[in-house]
Amino acid sequence: MSSHDDVVELLRENARYSVEDIARQTGTDPEDVADIVDQLEAEGVIRGYKAVVDHEQLDDERVRAVVELNITLDRETSYDDVAERIARFPKVDSLHLVSGDFDFMMEVEGDSMREVSNFISNKVAPVPEITQTVTHYVMTTYKEQGIEFGDGDDDDRLSVSP
Amino acid sequence: MKPAKRVEQVGPSGIRRFFELAEEMDDIISLGVGEPDFSAPWAAREAAITSLEQGRTSYTANKGRRELREEIATAMCQRYDLDYSVDEEILVTTGASEAIDLAFRALIDPGDTVAVAQPSYISYVPGVIFADGEVCSVPTRREDEFKLTYDRLEAEGAADAELLVYCYPNNPTGATMTGGELEGVADFAREHDLTVLSDEIYAGLSYEHDHTSIATLPGMRERTIVFNGFSKEYAMTGLRLGYALGPPEAITAMNRIHQYTMLSAPTTAQYAAIEALRSCDDAIAEMRTKYDRRRRLVLSRFEEMGVDCFRAKGAFYAFPACPWDDADEFAEALLQETGVAVVPGTAFGNGGDGHLRISYATGIDDLKEALDRIEQFID
Repeated sequence: MSSHDDVVELLRENARYSVEDIARQTGTDPEDVADIVDQLEAEGVIRGYKAVVDHEQLDDERVRAVVELNITLDRETSYDDVAERIARFPKVDSLHLVSGDFDFMMEVEGDSMREVSNFISNKVAPVPEITQTVTHYVMTTYKEQGIEFGDGDDDDRLSVSP
Repeated sequence: MKPAKRVEQVGPSGIRRFFELAEEMDDIISLGVGEPDFSAPWAAREAAITSLEQGRTSYTANKGRRELREEIATAMCQRYDLDYSVDEEILVTTGASEAIDLAFRALIDPGDTVAVAQPSYISYVPGVIFADGEVCSVPTRREDEFKLTYDRLEAEGAADAELLVYCYPNNPTGATMTGGELEGVADFAREHDLTVLSDEIYAGLSYEHDHTSIATLPGMRERTIVFNGFSKEYAMTGLRLGYALGPPEAITAMNRIHQYTMLSAPTTAQYAAIEALRSCDDAIAEMRTKYDRRRRLVLSRFEEMGVDCFRAKGAFYAFPACPWDDADEFAEALLQETGVAVVPGTAFGNGGDGHLRISYATGIDDLKEALDRIEQFID
């Protein structure tokens, strides 16, 4: 019997596992797995499925930036209000409220540095509650969502062994 | 130069032939590997690196670093209820294989008989012969789910043996034995005064019930040597580190040979092993979960293919019946036509014929691809 946790773990390992693959690996009926996936989606536990892409392998190299945002709140405005406003921009890939020296950590993706810079100066910085932005352009990605972007380890084991 | 007779008596292993066939081919998917596809947990590897940086490159005590023996004693006690004295009853060796060889040499007098449960790891029979012992093969059977039973031991004449050697969870079958099932073996050993060599190298990889060591059964501790190590559970095969647990007189005798021949097990590996026991429980739990999922996948797929495959519950092997009469022929044709390597059960001695050892110590994508190819090949 597979639990919700098993299904989530396996889909996080590989979102392309079929319902049958998950069923076989957990000793469950495929119908039960399908029900669990439906339920996880309906409850909003699973918010979506995306490929992890190494853009360096593609011709259209993307520009990514991690942006620190500092916020000053007033009585009428909360972090959630500000976050909602920023998160609506499609260029914003991720947005987290974090502890430490700044408030929000935002990841932005665009076609060029100019596009990303313009976006931050024209769309993000003018938001009244945002008092400061610090932009870090990503130079090289080594690992994303648990997937390493290197050449991978060769299996150097003997092909047949006792 | 002429090799000694006892060496000539032992032929090259059946595994070797398949290794050579597989080496000639490009891009094969191998389900023929008897070691983990994971690397040792990073914390263990880092401890090994640190020990080298600190210049820890000398011999250790013959029996292994005391710190390591203490960790082993604690772990065996917590996990399997095995209680052994750090100073007198634990010997750290260069892989469990060395420990088994030491036990054969320390306990067998010329002409003594050793009952070997088969199909089995390929080293037991040669080890007995190198120690000038006689082998009494005890084939286990599909209808017993490849478990060793009182009746099998009796029927194959094991009563006349001095020693009995077996391995559960088993390589190549993936069979396991519960404490209750081991009682028959223990009864037999007590009745016929057998010393038991219990290879428990896969103890950490038992998926449907907790592992029980025969040494925990009444009257068995004093007649049993338990073998374990870091190769399988901790994915440290190449670091070559194992150990033996047994009564002081056995460990002293084994250490006598060990101190003159090996001196001590690899020092770097001992540092890795200390850290492995101290901090790598999460890493091994994760590997275990992955093996278990693959096991279920393999068993389900064989069932869907209509291939008879008993429910393997341990190690990282499944042992389906071969769809052809001749497992050697099947394995060779499968390799040449589909590029999938498996090992015919015959390589593991009596009782293995008509079966194939399928190792699932392979990433899930390759495993799925290999099973697809096997399915097409059978059709």
